[in-house]
Amino acid sequence: MAGPEVSELQTFEHDVLVIGAGGAGLRAAIESSGRGMNTGLVCKSLLGKAHTVMAEGGMAAALGFTDARDNWKVHFRDTMRGGKFLNQWRMAELHAKEAPQRVRELEEWGAVFDRTDKGLIHQRNFGGHRYPRLAHVGDRTGLELIRTLQDHGVHQGISVHMECTVLDLLKDGDRVIGALGYWRETGRFVLFKAKAVVLCSGGVGKAWRVTSNSWEYTGDGLAMAYLAGAELMDLEFTQFHPTGMVWPPSVRGTLVTEGVRGDGGILKNSEGKRFMFGYIPERFAPETADTEDEANRWLKGDKEARRPPELLTRDVVARAITREVKEGRGSEHGGVYLDIASRLPAEQIKKKLPSMYHQFKELAEVDITAQPMEVGPTLHYHMGGIKVDHDTQMTTVPGLFAAGECAAGLHGANRLGGNSLSDLIVFGKRAGEFASEYANSNDAGKVNDEQVKAALRRATDFLNREEGPNPFVVQENLQAIMNDHVGIVREGAELSAGLEKLAEWKQEAEKAKAHSASQYNAGWHTALDLRNLAIASEGITRAALMREESRGAHTRVDFEGEREEWGKYNVFVWRGEDGEMKIEKRERPEPPKGLKEIGYAKIEDLESGKVGADVE
Amino acid sequence: MATRTFKVWRGDKDSGEFKEYTVEVQPGMVVLDGIHRIQAEHSSDLAVRWNCKAGKCGSCSMEINGKPRLGCMTRLNTFAPGETITVQPLKTFPLIKDLVTDVSWNFEQNKRIPPLKPRARDADGNYRMMQEDVDRVQEFRKCIECFLCQDVCHVLRDHKKHDHFVGPRFMIRLAQLEMHPLDTADRVPQMRKEFGSGWCNITRCCTEVCPEHIQITDNGIIPMKERVVDRYYDPIAWFMKKVFGGSKA
Repeated sequence: MAGPEVSELQTFEHDVLVIGAGGAGLRAAIESSGRGMNTGLVCKSLLGKAHTVMAEGGMAAALGFTDARDNWKVHFRDTMRGGKFLNQWRMAELHAKEAPQRVRELEEWGAVFDRTDKGLIHQRNFGGHRYPRLAHVGDRTGLELIRTLQDHGVHQGISVHMECTVLDLLKDGDRVIGALGYWRETGRFVLFKAKAVVLCSGGVGKAWRVTSNSWEYTGDGLAMAYLAGAELMDLEFTQFHPTGMVWPPSVRGTLVTEGVRGDGGILKNSEGKRFMFGYIPERFAPETADTEDEANRWLKGDKEARRPPELLTRDVVARAITREVKEGRGSEHGGVYLDIASRLPAEQIKKKLPSMYHQFKELAEVDITAQPMEVGPTLHYHMGGIKVDHDTQMTTVPGLFAAGECAAGLHGANRLGGNSLSDLIVFGKRAGEFASEYANSNDAGKVNDEQVKAALRRATDFLNREEGPNPFVVQENLQAIMNDHVGIVREGAELSAGLEKLAEWKQEAEKAKAHSASQYNAGWHTALDLRNLAIASEGITRAALMREESRGAHTRVDFEGEREEWGKYNVFVWRGEDGEMKIEKRERPEPPKGLKEIGYAKIEDLESGKVGADVE
Repeated sequence: MATRTFKVWRGDKDSGEFKEYTVEVQPGMVVLDGIHRIQAEHSSDLAVRWNCKAGKCGSCSMEINGKPRLGCMTRLNTFAPGETITVQPLKTFPLIKDLVTDVSWNFEQNKRIPPLKPRARDADGNYRMMQEDVDRVQEFRKCIECFLCQDVCHVLRDHKKHDHFVGPRFMIRLAQLEMHPLDTADRVPQMRKEFGSGWCNITRCCTEVCPEHIQITDNGIIPMKERVVDRYYDPIAWFMKKVFGGSKA
């Protein structure tokens, strides 16, 4: 199949083009359209199917409805502590301040959260959050978010381009001025011209074998931004959610919500021991229960009691599970037990965790109201991503913005559960706002025909060549490399060996062969995503090798514990002029004094107003 | 290692046929896993939609041994050992290729439905709604838009009344808006004239196939039909209600 002429390509012209239609993309598009921009929204799947739909627990916002002591400063402090102080201070501040108004806005657009007995939004406890803070709907909050934005968004005049995959960003000089994509249905190519482009493309879970992510999460945004000259940062921080399903094999990795633990679920090893009491880090010891009795009192609402250790941050819990299994105290299928059955009456479990009940019943033939679940870590989320300006979400490339999982900065070394959905709406809105501003003050650029032709050639080569490896098998080979070499516990020599294997694998990936025609061809789609997986995987591995310490979600057995020195740096990755990947650590700027004091304050000093009272 | 044979519909809108594939199976596998093994081992260009693989996104709708089901939630061990599993695309929507159909008509219906028109906030800037008043609305909002109810609805499937009836999925979208405690809009006239509530004759096929177990017919469609009947076929009662009170819900 020969590529078409550039002038013959189907072309759409927008002021703002948003790539990705999960929570961040939809929110960005609603904002930009609301500001009078001609807005295009492109998504790989049907509208409403993006991974946001899988989020279960809730969205964090210091509304203070369930516990009036909550406010943005405590949320900000929790976020910084959870991120091991590697977050961008200003983003954590904006997020904590703006999340409540973004959540209220969702109600106006039709979201129906669970209610308190006073009729306000009920908030749920979650790991790392001092107070019950997560607005939620049972355990299907992501569905509520995406459907609310979708149902509101379809009335805002946004042009939605469904089942369309973007191949490359297009540039005019230094600026991004559009994108080239293809329709999955027909295999035909399509050109988008835009004054500003917003990437909301999610993560890169598909680089691992055990993941909660679907086929879509192949690091497209990271790779396209990288190729367009943008800087990536914090790539080494990949979050393994502590509780994925481990049995049966076909669902290994599927998410089990943290809400199970928030509602009282406990983790036990094969000896029946509630092992998390043995894994409480020093930093969290003053705020964590050290007896089962105290943990149980906390659950019943005793405000003097401290939180159960099952609700420590995800990195801590995931490492603890890994250790239990490694030391021979794992469950039958290589996980540990998560028990809610002995903690709550059956009817309450079904009411509070309906989709978990359903998921285990149908997929594992386990009744969670009577039996424990078997769970283990699963690659879930990427804290790292495209570097953005704190306030505007613009990347280091003019005209290119990013928000949501594909952007970096808010979560630092580890994300708190519930901070993702709020991230999407806070920074999705900001990206839409500032992309509109940029589009207002810039003209449409000029498309470089040569760049388009090269992208078309690369895409059609997979179909045209005589032979080559099956793209699905090639992708499985990558997943094996990343699982074995860049897993939850890392080591220098393993990472270096992984890099060598990745280089070899890249050669294989470039030779993949997609059979038959380009119409709805899953093999071709998979082949096209391999380049993006390769770039993201290489960046993650290099950054993991560079950071010689263990912090948050990044654990090095050869460099145990947090190193003070490394707390001063973020790791950056970009494409050099020679086409090779460059990497360096850069010193973090000193935060504003007031924010720093709140971040490091003792909780009692913050609550009494001794610290932070003068910060607006 | 055990094996399983699948009969999968292959083709596009012009032509097609069932093809048989045999793949190795592991414990716990679902029909969608079988389709993925076929892609990896036999036919990489086999078209299928899927995303979450956990029954939460509603992408992998297909007809399995003649029944509309989610591929990701249909376990292989629910079929007799050795039984060939037949997989074909949804019949109610135009075929694109293999197991993928053009469901865009559904997205067009959603656009026609007037969205929530909320009342003003309380003085403190919040909305108050009691849990018991939103339980029913939340039931409808569990919908994952798999469109299995649309596929099985005989008004659409057999009688092709796509121009007259929005189908069960959008009847419960209408119901959740009409029952929403904050809503101030009135969609009853449109429900009757444009959205075709009268076409449903309550066979409950949609409720049977709903993977979220939403009581589509009893809790959603019937109350909406009653509102239309009250308004248009019992106008005196409606007038009295309008004049002497009685809430919208």
